[in-house]
Amino acid sequence: MPTKVRIPTPLRKLTNNEDVVEVTAGTIGDAILELQSRFPGIQERLVDEKGEVRRFVNVYVNEEDIRFLENQQTTLKDGDEVSIIPAIAGG
Amino acid sequence: MKALKCRECGREYPLTATHVCEFDFGPLEIVYDYDRIKKSLTREAIASRAKSMWRYRELLPVQNEPTVGLQTGFTPLIKADRLARRLGIRELWIKNDAVNYPTLSFKDRVVSVALSRARELGFDTVACASTGNLANSVAANAAAAGLKAYVFIPADLEPEKIFNSVIHGAKVFAIKGHYDEVNRLCAEIAGKFDWAFVNMNLRPYYAEGSKSMAYEIAEQLGWRLPQHTVVPMASGSLLTKIHKGYQELLKLGLISAAEMHIHGAQATGCSPISAAHKAGLDFFKPVKPNTIAKSLAIGTPADGFYALKVMQETGGAAEDVTDEEICEAIKVLAETEGIFTETAGGVTVAVARKLIACGKIGRQDCAVLCITGNGLKTVDAVDGYAGNLREIKPSLREFETLLTDRQNIGASFTL
Repeated sequence: MPTKVRIPTPLRKLTNNEDVVEVTAGTIGDAILELQSRFPGIQERLVDEKGEVRRFVNVYVNEEDIRFLENQQTTLKDGDEVSIIPAIAGG
Repeated sequence: MKALKCRECGREYPLTATHVCEFDFGPLEIVYDYDRIKKSLTREAIASRAKSMWRYRELLPVQNEPTVGLQTGFTPLIKADRLARRLGIRELWIKNDAVNYPTLSFKDRVVSVALSRARELGFDTVACASTGNLANSVAANAAAAGLKAYVFIPADLEPEKIFNSVIHGAKVFAIKGHYDEVNRLCAEIAGKFDWAFVNMNLRPYYAEGSKSMAYEIAEQLGWRLPQHTVVPMASGSLLTKIHKGYQELLKLGLISAAEMHIHGAQATGCSPISAAHKAGLDFFKPVKPNTIAKSLAIGTPADGFYALKVMQETGGAAEDVTDEEICEAIKVLAETEGIFTETAGGVTVAVARKLIACGKIGRQDCAVLCITGNGLKTVDAVDGYAGNLREIKPSLREFETLLTDRQNIGASFTL
């Protein structure tokens, strides 16, 4: 089975209101490209002009922040779960 | 104030109750028309106004006259010669928000702004997620302003802080979890209810209140910048706003440029920003807090990235200290300057000591320490560190025996 990607509420208008989307890409970077090809406009919301994941967007693979894995090179295998969560302010 | 602006991409938004950029989820910040402000905000004008944070009114984000917290701020700036000698520095000042009005912490500044603005925007209910002082301030100020208040805190907060919120009639919810979990819950609640969450949907306004601490420091020093400012860090917001405050005074020509370093202080048991700074990283790793400095126990600091940037830009350092060092520092401040601060203040003093000892603050330099809350709020934390009470019968002989004993044994104490 492919990888599940959880889409946060603010981005669901780009994914036809789907909150979970499946991808077959092998890395996070490729997954973002795959999402972009299906849902145009989503890439620039997640990644800046330099190609880095935006500071206030957190991406987790199986609950681990990709910043502590291999960032966009983090590999994905069948059954993995990716969550995209905007940072919460507060405090 | 002109608009809300995203700190990441620069997109602008109207001045409503919103805090996140729709495009990249970056935090929104208030932008001002400084050219216009320059015309009315002069040293003379400021000097003629009431001794409160609102003497800098043009730089604070309310449209009309503020309605909450008119007596807040303009707390004492104390020249701390005895503490300076103890820590080994030439010139030391304490900015004493432990006596801020009305709830004895710097949070009264941010709440004064947030509640005044909430009223302007038509809210009748205010709320917050808090590690203690913010809850007290929201509860008290909301009561005085006739607003309904809901405050959310971690269930294991100090009893004094819990009581200080309950007594004002606010609806207090103690959450079984640490602050970041309280925050997450509040984000969900804020999404559902039409309340003014001072540190969420009103965050851009709220945060600006902290700048007043910086303005006051500069004015009370005789309109000059301190060489070093040591600021405790929970979310990192206060540190970034102290910097913004100083920058604005420079921009308005109220002070001249000078050497200025801003240092951040954390407790080792919750030091994501300090750890990142010391490792030379520009992002932090979230931690699970474990420290008596509960007011600073935020494992995922919302302004951590910007705090790191400010320290880097101003050549400042971050440091962290153990729970024991915190308690000793509370005691030293109380014994040398007669100021009783809570654990967050102990963190600041202990970190200042460390920075002076390792040379990051020079021994011939001048430093200001931001003391953000009162010791009566965290009394249990220093239990065992204060001296002992001696009980005697009303007998002169017993008293004189005890006096001689104490003089012989003494209470020797070194940091």
